[in-house]
Amino acid sequence: MIQRKDGGAEESDGARGASAAGPFSSALIAEDEPLLAANLAAELASLWPELSVVANVRDGAAALEAALELRPDVLFLDIRMPGMSGIEVAQALVEEWEDTLAPPLLVFVTAYDEYAVEAFEQAAVDYVLKPLTTERLERCCKRLRAALAARRDAQDPATRVPADRQAAAAAAMEATLLQLRMLLAERHKPDAAPAPLAVIQASIGNTLHFVPIADVLYFAAADKYIQVVTAARDYVIRMSLRQLLAQLDAQNFWQVHRGTVVRVGAIAAAVRDDAGKIRLKLRDRTDMLPVSRLYAHLFKPM
Amino acid sequence: MKDRGRPPPQARYAMRGLNSVAFGVVFGIALAVLRDQHVWVTLVYSVATSILCWLSMDFGRVAVARWLHRGVPPGVDADARDWPGWPWMIVVIVIGSAIGFTGGNLSGDLITGERSARLLDVRSLRDALSLLSAVLVPAVALTYFFYTRGALAAREASAQAALRQAAESRLKLLESQLEPHMLFNTLANLRVLIGVDPIRAQHMLDHLIAFLRATQSGSRSDQQSLRAEFARIADYLALIAIRMGERLRLEFDLPDALADLRVPPLLLQPLVENSVKHGLEPSVAGGMIAVRARREDDDLVLSVRDTGSGLSDAPLHPEAFGLAQVRERLDTLYGSRASLCLLAAPDSGGGTLAVIRLPATPP
Repeated sequence: MIQRKDGGAEESDGARGASAAGPFSSALIAEDEPLLAANLAAELASLWPELSVVANVRDGAAALEAALELRPDVLFLDIRMPGMSGIEVAQALVEEWEDTLAPPLLVFVTAYDEYAVEAFEQAAVDYVLKPLTTERLERCCKRLRAALAARRDAQDPATRVPADRQAAAAAAMEATLLQLRMLLAERHKPDAAPAPLAVIQASIGNTLHFVPIADVLYFAAADKYIQVVTAARDYVIRMSLRQLLAQLDAQNFWQVHRGTVVRVGAIAAAVRDDAGKIRLKLRDRTDMLPVSRLYAHLFKPM
Repeated sequence: MKDRGRPPPQARYAMRGLNSVAFGVVFGIALAVLRDQHVWVTLVYSVATSILCWLSMDFGRVAVARWLHRGVPPGVDADARDWPGWPWMIVVIVIGSAIGFTGGNLSGDLITGERSARLLDVRSLRDALSLLSAVLVPAVALTYFFYTRGALAAREASAQAALRQAAESRLKLLESQLEPHMLFNTLANLRVLIGVDPIRAQHMLDHLIAFLRATQSGSRSDQQSLRAEFARIADYLALIAIRMGERLRLEFDLPDALADLRVPPLLLQPLVENSVKHGLEPSVAGGMIAVRARREDDDLVLSVRDTGSGLSDAPLHPEAFGLAQVRERLDTLYGSRASLCLLAAPDSGGGTLAVIRLPATPP
C-alpha cells in the first residue's frame, strides 16, 4: 500500500539539509480517492517544491503505519477513509508517538464540514474542504511552513540545549493534543440524539444476554467487535466504538483511549507513573487500563 | 406535532377566561342600560357570574371528558381528549350555569350588600330555567363559539403540520440523494479531471447532470421505465466508480423483457447508496455491487447486493432514513403488495442483500 518516493525517508529523519531553496520538509498523504491523492501531490509539488511527499496511501491503517515509520513533518489526512477515519488515525498517532519528537503537523481534508471549521485554521492542525482550491492550499502551505520554521528554531541543536529541545517537542505535542480535543468536541451532534442505552444485548451461543449498562466496567474495541467487560463475565457485541459512543451517556462513560470507554463509577484511582503515563485502577479488578495522552486532561484533581 | 403554531393549552384557558370576563362586562353594561339599573352593581354580578360560569364549565368539561376518555393514552390527540361531546357538554353547561348563577349572585351580594334572587327560592323548574336563561343562553353561545374556534385552529395547525412534514420529507429525500459528501467529492474529482483528462471529465459531468436531473424530477408518484431507472443508478455508480477507482466493481442485470416495466424513479438509489456508504467505502479492499431485476409470476423483484462489510448489530437509526423512505414509497404506491427486506447475503461472498418486491406494472 505504501508507495515510497526515493530518498524521502532520509530527508524526513533527523537533521535536514538546508538548500538554497530553503529547508526540506516531508509530507504524507492519506486519501482513499486515487485522483484526489495524485492531484494533491501534484499541487503540493508546484506550491512547495521543498516538500517531499514520502508516502501516498489509500487507507487509515496504512497512514498510521507509514506515519510512525517515516515520521513526516506534515500529514494530510482525508477524514472519511476505509478502515480507520482520518480522525482515528490522528488519535492513534498521538497515542503512539515518541515523547522526544514533535508530532507531524496535521491537515484534515474533508468533503463535508462535520466539524466547526473556523476553529482549526491554526498552525498545529489545519482543516480544509474539498474541492481544495489552489488558493486555499497555498494558504495552508504558508501556515505549515511558518509553523515548521518555528519548530526548527526551537529544536535547533546549535543553539538549544537538549532539555529545551525536549520541552519544545512536548509543547508541540501539547498544541496538537489541544486542537485534536477541540476537534473531537466540535463534532456536530446528531439532530435527534437517541436516548442513552439502558442495557447491552449480547448473544452468547443461542442465548441473548441483557446486561444492564450500570454493570459494565468498560468497553474495549477490537476490530469490528467490542468487548463488554463486567465484574461477572465478558461479552462481545458487533458494532464500532463510534456507534456505541453515540448511544452512551457522556457523563457516565468516558473514552480514555482510542479503543477504551470506561464507566466513570467503576474507576477507583488514576495512577501516574514516572514516564507521565496514566493508568486506571478499577474497583474490584486487578487489571489496569492505560489512558492515552489525548484524554489525560480528564484526570486532574478537583 | 399537531399543536405546533398554536398557543400552549394554558394560554388557551386564559384566553377563554378573558373572553368570558369581557363578555360579562358587555353583558352587564347592556343589562344596566336596558333595565335602567345601577351600572356598577350590575357589573359586579355579571362579571362574578361570568368568571364562575367559565371556571365551572371549562374545568367541568375537561374533568368529564377525561373521565369519559380515561382509557385513551395521554398525548394522542389532546383536543379530542378534552372534549366530552355535545350531549355531555349540555349537562356541564346546565350545571355550570347553576353554579355560576348561584355563586355569582352570592359573591355579588357579598360585595354590594344587596340581596338578589336565589335559585333555591323558586318553586318550579320552569321558573328556575327562566331565571337561568340569562346565563344559559350566553353560555351555550360562548361554548359553541369557543368550540368551533378551537376546532378550526386545531384543523389549521394540523394542516400546516402536514404541509411542513411533506416539505421536510421532500427535502430529506433530496438531501439523501444529493448527500454533501458525495456531491463535493464528485466535484473535487471533476476539478482534477478537467486538468488531466478533459474527455473523462466530460463523461463524468454527463453522468452528474443525468443524475441531478433525475433527483429534480417532480412528484414522487411519477413512474419511469426500469430501463431509465437502471440508467440513473448506473450514472450514480459511475460517479462513485471514478472516485473509488479499482476498489469498486459493478454488475447490472436487466432482462430486456422487463426493461419497459414502470417503477418509481430513483427507488433503488437509497439501497445502492447504502451499499456504497456502509458496505464498500468502509472496506479497504472494496468489492462489488450488483443490481439485478427478475420476474416472479406477477411480481418484479429488484435486488441490490454488495460484497462489503455487511450488517452490524448496531441499530440502524442514522442510516435508516434511506430504507424508511423506500418502504414508505412502496407502501404509498402498492400497499401490502410490495415489500423491502435487507439481509446478510446468503452466500460465501459476504456483504448485504436488499430485495424489493413489487407488482410488475406494464407501460
